[in-house]
Amino acid sequence: MAEVAPAAYDSKVEGNVIFSRLDACVNWMRKNSLWPMPMGLACCAIELMATASARFDIARFGAEVMRFSPRQSDVMIVAGTVTYKMALAVKRIYDQMPEPKWVIAMGACASSGGMYRSYAVLQGIDQLLPVDVYVSGCPPRPEALLEGLMKLQRKIDTERALADQKRELLEVFS
Amino acid sequence: MTIADVIVALESRFRILQKTEFRGETNLTLPLDQIEAVCRTCKEELGFNVLLDISSVDHFGEEPRFELVYELYTLNPGQPGLHLRLKTTVSEDNLEVPTVSHIWATANWHEREVYDMMGIQFANHPDLRRILMWDGYPFYPLRKDFPLEGKASEVPDVAFSRPAPLAGGPFVTVPTTAGTKDREPRARRPEDGESVPGGSD
Repeated sequence: MAEVAPAAYDSKVEGNVIFSRLDACVNWMRKNSLWPMPMGLACCAIELMATASARFDIARFGAEVMRFSPRQSDVMIVAGTVTYKMALAVKRIYDQMPEPKWVIAMGACASSGGMYRSYAVLQGIDQLLPVDVYVSGCPPRPEALLEGLMKLQRKIDTERALADQKRELLEVFS
Repeated sequence: MTIADVIVALESRFRILQKTEFRGETNLTLPLDQIEAVCRTCKEELGFNVLLDISSVDHFGEEPRFELVYELYTLNPGQPGLHLRLKTTVSEDNLEVPTVSHIWATANWHEREVYDMMGIQFANHPDLRRILMWDGYPFYPLRKDFPLEGKASEVPDVAFSRPAPLAGGPFVTVPTTAGTKDREPRARRPEDGESVPGGSD
């Protein structure tokens, strides 16, 4: 019986190689370093700050880098009442964020207008932006926002990152 | 100087339509054409160096329709402060009111707010723009004939507005001795009116 040599690409680095799908790697990197754009508009922003602070510590989920520049952000957390006067400013900041980008509507006001059934308040930021996760509460507890963030991470995990967002790149290779 | 001295000083020089006192606060109702002169006298001679607020009331269906309310205060160290409330009425046919922003600088923004919410125009105001709503918004939202849910409007690239879904609202708290559940229900159908079980009215 002939001895079968073990198949090896390079036996010296064999133990350090992981095989995976590119989508899975991209998603894994993206979901664990979500840089939020803190769109604090009302009292929800206080809970957002609490979420970022030591007790709740959003850094455990890789989202501690609050970027006050939309150019450096991945996820916009709309925290608070969106008035019509502010609405297009929020949209403009969202438009300035680079792809890929996500939106969390934090609290009742950002999700639906909340208790402000009024001439001055946009009845939900989803009328202007594509919202990924709605967090209920008035305002939501930090735990609820973290749960929303984890939901967004699970959602990012299911995305076809390469096919959806790097279409041109795929065309070059194929 | 007490508030009685202030009233005597004003009465001797101006025509005061009505004088009422309620819980130690003095209200003087004045003709519209005297309001600027009275404000100037109050500031320069009677020591009312603070204008606390200007507000407006819409008596919809009455004539004159609008009422302006000026809250004056003396703020001098070591002396008890005096509070004086001046009122005047504004007809819907002539919404122009003299500004007091050259007497108290703070009146600038107060008058802009009154203009924004009620549509009262202040003559000779240095900068009469809207302060809460955006430039180009076509309505005056605190008027009684403006619906709570708002109206549709659009100023391209600035802002837009749509009527809010009220779903049987507005859920206004009504005066009653009943419990919270009856006082502030999740929904109140319009056909039920304002009546509340256990209500006093």
